[in-house]
Amino acid sequence: MGLFTELKDSISRVTDRLFSEQEPKRIGIYGPPNAGKTTLANRIARDWTGDAIGTESHVPHETRRARRKEDVEIERNGKTVTIDIVDTPGVTTKVDYEEFTDEMEEDDAIRRSREATEGVAEAMHWLREDVDGVIYVLDSAEDPITQVNTMLIGIIESRDLPVLIFANKIDLDDSSVKRIEDAFPQHKTIPLSAKEGENMDEVYENIAEYFG
Amino acid sequence: MPTATNADDSDPPDSDGVQIDLISGERMDSMATMEKIRMILDGVHDGNIVILEEGLTPDEESRLIEVTMSEISPDEFNGIEIETYPKSETRDSSLLGRLMGSDETEAKLTVIGPANQIETLHKDETLISALVSRD
Repeated sequence: MGLFTELKDSISRVTDRLFSEQEPKRIGIYGPPNAGKTTLANRIARDWTGDAIGTESHVPHETRRARRKEDVEIERNGKTVTIDIVDTPGVTTKVDYEEFTDEMEEDDAIRRSREATEGVAEAMHWLREDVDGVIYVLDSAEDPITQVNTMLIGIIESRDLPVLIFANKIDLDDSSVKRIEDAFPQHKTIPLSAKEGENMDEVYENIAEYFG
Repeated sequence: MPTATNADDSDPPDSDGVQIDLISGERMDSMATMEKIRMILDGVHDGNIVILEEGLTPDEESRLIEVTMSEISPDEFNGIEIETYPKSETRDSSLLGRLMGSDETEAKLTVIGPANQIETLHKDETLISALVSRD
């Protein structure tokens, strides 16, 4: 990309955000499969609207379509932010239907894998075109230095999108928030357990402050 | 003159080996995004390991994921394994840094292969160790 084109694009993105101040920002919840994205999206949506967004499951690729919950109003320390939450399918570079055959019949596993591939492509499209900020969710009991994480964080940074990293599943014995902080020191990491509702006060404070 | 075809247009010799295509930054420079992606995925579909001297831009990586997903087919193609070094803490990715020309340092050697043939054994900021099998 040419120097001036890049500069023009950066300025354009900043002015777009300034002039769309009144519109709810679309915050995409991204991350690898099984990081707890839908559990988090449901927790936020239930806490502030009373409704859930999607079905949670321990089987990877339960979320195979991006789902948007509009006008979620979060209040913290006298500050109110209204956001649209976009729960996206887990991003991966590979999908093997045999991963699912322990849990379901082969035909269902093949269908699930096809839908999962479409969902990943959809998530990438949202990231390039339609989100104003990103909550990147990681399972803190897993190694964060994976190619998908490295690539996605790089893509998010290249688009100058504000990003918060959520170190989820701190209720697990193997959880290590420091491992995530060390892997992505350029971004703020917030520990939480979306399932147990641990540390949600800090989560909401940061969402209100960062995306407000 | 680069083309959008596989790095090796000739028929590979009959063998049980694994073909490795090392593609220079110079060859990739004049190619459009989709030409790069097509070249990579054609190679991977043939069971080759594709090594890019200078990697892809974040936008190209995003499109590579998207096109890869559209080509996954049960029992035929499970997708790709792709490895580059993670971003280091000291790397300057600010706009000023890019204006000053440090963008060139972001080019990173990238290894791409069929998901069912590459297994990453270890990865950190300076080392990628992978096991490549025939199928």
